[in-house]
This record gives sequence, structure tokens and C-alpha cells, in this order.
Amino acid sequence: MQRVYMDHSATTPVASEVIEAMLPYFSEKYGNPSSVHSFGREAKVALEEARGQVAALIGANPEEITFTSGGTEADNLAIFGAAAAYTKKGRHLITTAIEHHAVLESFEYLEKNGYELTILPVDAEGIISLAELEKALRPDTILISVMHANNEVGSIQPIAEIGALAKERGIWFHVDAVQSLGKLPIAVQEMHVDLLTVSGHKIYGPKGIGALYARKGVRLDARAFGGGQEKKRRSGTENLPGIVGFGKACELAGAHLAAEAQRLQKLRDQLLQGIIDRIPYVKINGPVGDQRLPNNVNVSIQYVEGESLLLSLDMVGIAASSGSACTSGSLDPSHVLLAMGLPHEIAHGSLRFSLGTQNSAEEVDYVLDHLPQIVERLRVMSPLYDAVKQQSTAK
Amino acid sequence: MYSDKVIDHFTNPRNVGEIADANGIGEVGNAKCGDIMRIYLDIEDNVIKDVKFKTFGCGAAVATSSILTEMVMGKTVEEALKISNDAVAEALDGLPPLKMHCSNLAADALQAAIKDYQSKNNHVV
Repeated sequence: MQRVYMDHSATTPVASEVIEAMLPYFSEKYGNPSSVHSFGREAKVALEEARGQVAALIGANPEEITFTSGGTEADNLAIFGAAAAYTKKGRHLITTAIEHHAVLESFEYLEKNGYELTILPVDAEGIISLAELEKALRPDTILISVMHANNEVGSIQPIAEIGALAKERGIWFHVDAVQSLGKLPIAVQEMHVDLLTVSGHKIYGPKGIGALYARKGVRLDARAFGGGQEKKRRSGTENLPGIVGFGKACELAGAHLAAEAQRLQKLRDQLLQGIIDRIPYVKINGPVGDQRLPNNVNVSIQYVEGESLLLSLDMVGIAASSGSACTSGSLDPSHVLLAMGLPHEIAHGSLRFSLGTQNSAEEVDYVLDHLPQIVERLRVMSPLYDAVKQQSTAK
Repeated sequence: MYSDKVIDHFTNPRNVGEIADANGIGEVGNAKCGDIMRIYLDIEDNVIKDVKFKTFGCGAAVATSSILTEMVMGKTVEEALKISNDAVAEALDGLPPLKMHCSNLAADALQAAIKDYQSKNNHVV
């Protein structure tokens, strides 16, 4: 059976060049970068080379990069680290309703432990309002955290404008850029970003590696204590194969960014338009056009439920994801879709396709060939669809 | 995460549809939680002669509805009333823990349909 992977926002396959770059660091160049001997020195060289590759992709200096175990740890380090370091300056924090749980739950923990939290709403397309942000700013605000691009609906936030505002008020600005890295240009200087989270496995690098960019001058209290690695911000022997792989993945992403974004955008629009043309009662979730990640398609297929759609797609080899309650591990559908004002029943029928390097126009056609029949089969079973059909025949 | 039986009933659901002159109809759940089940019964001489369902929901919701229709076909009303949600889950070789609460409503829908039948036929409910 043909298999079509369209869940690249969940994770990506590791590029062959990345695997090749990593391999020597398992059994040949296995030294500990902290060691004095030649084994340690060659590891240290590789560590610093990778740091330079990650920094280059976001326009940072290498010494501003701290390697972590992934995006979640980097988000936690930025938020808890800055909150602890600046607690004497103030205790007010600002974030948005559509952040990844690694950000939201970190802030909610702080809110329960002596900090005040403002969660900014988003509009129907999943974008925050600068005016609302400005109104929320206080003299004791110490940190603003806004994601670059949303993982579910692909909405892109006005990062440079937020950064300018934060800089003007002297407030540190953290950006979770896990989904935008390698898909959108990132320049921490021009965007006035002070802290930025990135991850390896979303850009054809390995799992278990990520990094936090922290502008020179930003203080961060450590979250892991020990041998003092990563400028004492993150103790623990470095995951060198992962770091080397992440560095290589950043280099490749930088080299292909513009051309790949353009290619993906075409596939995205082919898939989105194809779904709208072939299936009635479909709602596009998120913005259309330039304010959307080039690889994200998210639609709500009304009168059917998301997990049923995923199971049915899986049976014909198509891998996608959904924001329905059944896939979120709770009784509520996606907090992102609810924050955008979608009623529960429409959020339950959401379907996300996230495209990547190995996807082709033929694969998009394969999805478009199968999805309408799958939807029709589930709608025939759905008691919600009866009422709609009756209404439309009555007209 | 799902048993082979759940996948079988999700892929090839038994007795999907409506009964035009059903004498008992029951519906449980709501679109807000993501599951709605509607059961149609044709009861003659206290025996379930035909049963059909329509379900909006996840794989477990569809599979529980489908297997329930197999479990009650030809049963008397009293026998059907003894079927519990747990028995439905067991017949499917179990459900993931989270689904036991949110999507395992088929027996409730059946009981609602039987109540509807009994009230229409002046039974003491």
C-alpha cells in the first residue's frame, strides 16, 4: 500500500546527510567535550561548529546558543530561567492563548506560584492584536512570550512589531520558533527577539536535541545543576551526536529555505483548494496566504469527527493529525481552535496536513482522491448530517 | 491502541442507517463532547426484530454502536435492558481507558430507545 506522510509538524524523518554527519560521533569521535585530551578536543570542536550552524540560521552569535534536550526544555529554560532571574524587577508575565503546552503550562505553573499572568486572545484566524498586547503591558512586566508560527493552524504572528514594542519598554521577549525554523526566515536582531526556542526533529534532524537562543545580557537562572556545561545554564554532558546532527540540519535548512518554502506553498494551496472544491461543508482554520506557514493545511470537516477521519486515512496509508478531543488526550478539543472561537463540534472535526520535503503533487492528488469518499462514508453514518441534508433538500 | 475488533467494526460497521417506522428511538451524547449516538428499534411482540444506528464520533463510538446492534438483534426487551456499557466494551476486547468514559455510550442509547418504545406503548417506565 502507498504510504503518504503529511504530519511533518509532529516530526520529520532524519535527512541522510544528517545521519552521515552524526555517525562518527557514536563510536569514533566519542570524547566528552569537557575532557582535556585529544578525544575531548575533537568533540569540543564539533560542538562549537554545530553551535555556529544553529546560530547562523537565526542570525545569532554562537555564544548565545544553549543546547537542550529539545523544544520543551528550551521553552522551560527561557520561561522559568527568566522569571527566576528577574523576579525582583517584577512578577507579571504575558503570553497568548494558542501557545504550545510547553509554554502555557510553564506559565500556568508560575501563576500558581506567585506570578501574575496575562493570556492574550487571538482573532478568528489565530493572530494576536498588537493593541491588546500594548494594553496588557505593565511596569512590572518582565517577560512576553509569543510563538512565531502556530503548530496547529500555521498562523504567523507579527514578531518584529512585538519585539520593537518589548524593546521600547525594556521587557524581555521570548519566541517559540519550533514550527517556523527552516520554513520562515528568522533574524533575532531585526526581530528584536531576546530568547528563541528551536528544535532538531522538526527540521529533518534527530529527536532529543534543541536549543535556546538567549541574547547576550539576558540573565537566566539554571534549571539543571551539575558540571556547569553550556555556561552553567544547562549542566549535563552534551548530546554530541544529536548536536552535530542538529547543526547539519540547520545548515541544510538554511541552504534550501527559500526554494523549499515556495515549493511547499504550492502544494499547500493545491491541497487546500482541492479539499474545498471536492467536499462541501468544510471550514479553513487559520489564515489564507502569506500569514500562514507554507506547509500547513488545517480544515474542519463538519458533521464528522477528527479521530474517525484519521483512522480512515490511516487505512489508506495517509498520516495526518487532528485537534479533536479524542486525539488531544482530554475531553476538550484543541485549545488553539477554541481560542479562535470555533464551536466545540467544529473543532472536533479538524484535520491537519503538514507537508514536508518528500511530499509531491502526486501525493497531494492521492489524498484528494481518497478524502472525499472517507468523508462521505462517515457523514452517511452521522446523525448530525441528516439535519443538514434535510434542510438543503427543503430549500 | 484499538483492538482488531474495534477496527473491524469501525471499518465495516453493522446495521448503519435508520428504520423508517421505528417504534423506539434513543439518542445520547452531544456534539460538544464529540459523540452522538442514535439507535432505532423495531420491536414486535417484545422482541427486537430490527435495530439500526447513526453515530457521530471517534472510532470507539462507531465500533460500540455497531457491536451493540449485533448484541441486541433478536433479544427480548428484558434481555436487551441487561446489556451494560461495560459488556459492550468487553465484546470489543476492551477499549483504551480514556474511551471507556467518553465514547462508550451505546448501551445508554439502547436504553433510551427502549424507554421511548415503552412510553409510546403505555408501559410503566
